[in-house]
Amino acid sequence: MKKAINLSVNGVSHSDEVEPRMLLVHYLRDVLGLTGTHVGCETSLCGACTVMLDGQAVKSCTVFAVQADGAAITTIEGLAQNGELHPVQEGFWEKHGLQCGYCTPGMIVTAAQLLDRNANPSREEICHGLDGNLCRCTGYQHIIEAVEYAAKKAAG
Amino acid sequence: MANNYVGQRIKRTEDPRLIRGLAHYVDDITLPGTLHVAFVRSIYAHARIKGIDASAAEDVPGVVAIYTGKDIAEKIGPVPCASALPELKVPDHRVLATKKVYFVGHPIAAVVATDRYAARDAADLVIVDYDDLPVVSDVEQAAAGGPVIHENFGDNIAYKLTSGEGDIDAAFAAAERTVKQRILHRRLAPIAMEPRGVLARYFPGEEELTLWSSTQIPHLMRTQVAIMIGIPENKLRVITPEVGGGFGSKLNVYAEEALLGWISMQLFKPVKWIETRRENIQATIHGRGQVGDIEVAFRNDGAITGLRYNVFADLGAYHQLLTPAIPTLTGLMLSGAYKIPAIQINITGCFTNKMATDAYRGAGRPEATYVVERALDLVAAELGVDPIEVRRKNFPKPDEFPFHTATGLDYDSGDYEAALNKAQGIAGYAQLREEQKKAREEGRLIGIGVSTYVEICALGPSQAMPAGGWESATVRIEPTGKVTILTGASPHGQGQETSFAQIAADQLGVHINDITVIHGDTGVVQYGIGTFGSRATAVGGTAVYVAIEKLKEKASKIACHMLQADASRVSFEGGKYSLRKAAAATAGTSDPVVPVGEAPAGALPEPQTEGKSSLTIQEIALAAHIAKDLPPDTEPGLSATYFFEPKNFTFPFGTHIAVVEVDRETGDIKFLRYVAVDDCGKVINPMLVDGQVHGGIVQSIGQALFEEVVYDEQGQLLSGTLMDYALPRASHIPEFELDRTETPSPVNPLGVKGVGEAGTIGATPAIVNAVVDALSPFGVRHLDMPIKPENIWRIINNDSRSI
Repeated sequence: MKKAINLSVNGVSHSDEVEPRMLLVHYLRDVLGLTGTHVGCETSLCGACTVMLDGQAVKSCTVFAVQADGAAITTIEGLAQNGELHPVQEGFWEKHGLQCGYCTPGMIVTAAQLLDRNANPSREEICHGLDGNLCRCTGYQHIIEAVEYAAKKAAG
Repeated sequence: MANNYVGQRIKRTEDPRLIRGLAHYVDDITLPGTLHVAFVRSIYAHARIKGIDASAAEDVPGVVAIYTGKDIAEKIGPVPCASALPELKVPDHRVLATKKVYFVGHPIAAVVATDRYAARDAADLVIVDYDDLPVVSDVEQAAAGGPVIHENFGDNIAYKLTSGEGDIDAAFAAAERTVKQRILHRRLAPIAMEPRGVLARYFPGEEELTLWSSTQIPHLMRTQVAIMIGIPENKLRVITPEVGGGFGSKLNVYAEEALLGWISMQLFKPVKWIETRRENIQATIHGRGQVGDIEVAFRNDGAITGLRYNVFADLGAYHQLLTPAIPTLTGLMLSGAYKIPAIQINITGCFTNKMATDAYRGAGRPEATYVVERALDLVAAELGVDPIEVRRKNFPKPDEFPFHTATGLDYDSGDYEAALNKAQGIAGYAQLREEQKKAREEGRLIGIGVSTYVEICALGPSQAMPAGGWESATVRIEPTGKVTILTGASPHGQGQETSFAQIAADQLGVHINDITVIHGDTGVVQYGIGTFGSRATAVGGTAVYVAIEKLKEKASKIACHMLQADASRVSFEGGKYSLRKAAAATAGTSDPVVPVGEAPAGALPEPQTEGKSSLTIQEIALAAHIAKDLPPDTEPGLSATYFFEPKNFTFPFGTHIAVVEVDRETGDIKFLRYVAVDDCGKVINPMLVDGQVHGGIVQSIGQALFEEVVYDEQGQLLSGTLMDYALPRASHIPEFELDRTETPSPVNPLGVKGVGEAGTIGATPAIVNAVVDALSPFGVRHLDMPIKPENIWRIINNDSRSI
């Protein structure tokens, strides 16, 4: 039995019928074609699938699409505004915060929320905030510097 | 102005697509009508398959086909092993299990359905009737006898190999002192963040198959899959779109890659399989997996006179591409950074009921560096001297290079003391030792660990490689002046789209944004070997460099013709061929005008050369394509291809110093400092080099402190998800203090050595040495990895001596 859902993704409204068991990440990727959000572990440990759901960073591999009914979702594709990179995106580019890029969208979305909550985080707070996201390439140091760069940039 | 991109921190050209979520990994590509594959995998480590009942699965709506081992046994060739060792036993490795299963995760059946949920549902309904067999889980037991995995071989020993030079028995007979230590290297899961995945599409009219696969070796894979499924190699195209990390785990040819291609050829439909993380830990290769005894003979003054390593290598049930070869790399690297006159490795490679081991970042070399660097600390402890003193004592001097080792290698260049001195200086080593002493008096457990490593990079000369050790590049300048580089390397995060463009921009004098680097498509790029073994820049970058030199030879000829001057009067600088000053006085002096855009619609613009004293290489490219006025016997177009064959490996080196504090109450390990001085030869982009080193060190932190693929004695995988397989996270890492020395390699004209694996090779022993040092007041001389707080807590609490 499919269930109707209505939700907004990156500011665009969508109405679809989905199986109740369909994961939000599969809805975003396979139904809406927003493939920037990745699947890395299926057990909510790696954070590659992180998106914003009503302003909260969630791991979309362990959220059902039906749970997002009525919600406003922001994915990595929705972070840049009018062709301007989000400060966190810019930080990742400037500081070499990515190598293979697979964890990057989830990492950037998580970091964006971290800075929403704490505009001037310490290194320790950044590390704590990113602990739910795994990166196998960078060794994290450049990611931490990218977040520091974004914090500074956002502060002007 | 000449460009100066090489050596600069240039931001990556790859990044804009990746940070905006607009890049395409395999699973991001969807073709109309794509079918999805789910695998039925063995839940037993060793069992006979009595029967398979797929009837319930066939009834699941959306199921299109189900294939089992007997459907494909005669149709798809064996999964290849490229290692050639004397008397190597090679099991017949079919893409699906036929009569027996040999490890948990062994694929038994492939279910094809219209969507991935239906495929998974149906796979769960396939009933496999198993008759379980005795399991061989432990590598030493595998060697000792007992149940035999592959009955036709009679035992579980895949090969035995002894190598090394010098009289090892004499060295030990004459030794003033010796130490011996048993050392474990646990199995590790590479865990590229993007699991493996394949999309296959067969075009029945053209009889062509395209495979999109997350691989490090598109061309080698094309050759092997073509052989396996019997399609002409020139009808098979392999594309590696974005690849989300590999670390050696995608330096392979896997059953699923061939099977997906074959299924698409049966069904005339695109088929896709995306590995789940559980499958990834079960059925993608593991790394390491050695149990060995290291023995060192040395003199009272600390000079090492002999080193022997007797090792059992846990190969797993089957050989993947390089499985048996990995321990032989351990053998090559056993001299470390030291002059050791006699070295011997005795390898016993054993079959076990587990997934195959193969290349994981470092691939055999981290094991060697680990045992050597642990052994040096044991020697220092025996002699009661600082570990650095022993290292210094045994270094070859800079004027001894090329330096021949008793493992049969010739190290290209090096200044090991320089890197050590620099690291010591940054760390403030003497002061650290003082602080450690004081801390101990206060009851704090601080440890300092050093590793002075060497690694083999830029793999490698073809003589030493199973399938060619060269790399290829084509460089062409298009009519509009844009530069296209086709590299046979297959970067997947290393950043060579940027670093190769840096090399080319400097050589051609063009803007870096005018360059595009294309890789990972066998339909577009000339044959190549791929990215692994820290080879892409040293071998692939050199191919780019030499191809450009070739291209410039031709451009120069055309320039001379157009400037109506002989070669002696024309020079190339800053992207322009110019008449030398004296000559220019007699010719026109106007600056060149980029002619593009002045042509009538549909025609290429004519180069405006009349009366000019200089021409950009981009203008020459246009002239070469228009080809109305070329020198006699000159081919139109402006491109060059070069296949670079290196004469030797390169040997990067460095010193890593880790400082840790162990919590007496919990056994927790905290990094206080981490200093790394690496020498990877000339540096193209220091930002990328730092990134490689950081990433490598953190994988070492994982190996030293967290990571372990655990199988129980029944061969059940106990660490099958990321809940059980612990990876380092952001809060686990210290703030790295990196620096470099720069000793150019004489092996290639760029002078680069490679840096991809330095961190995983140099760091692991530094970390373990630091923890052992921290616990030395408890009499600890060695700890096996991963060093968990629990182990430490037990040591502290079983020993009540105060310190």
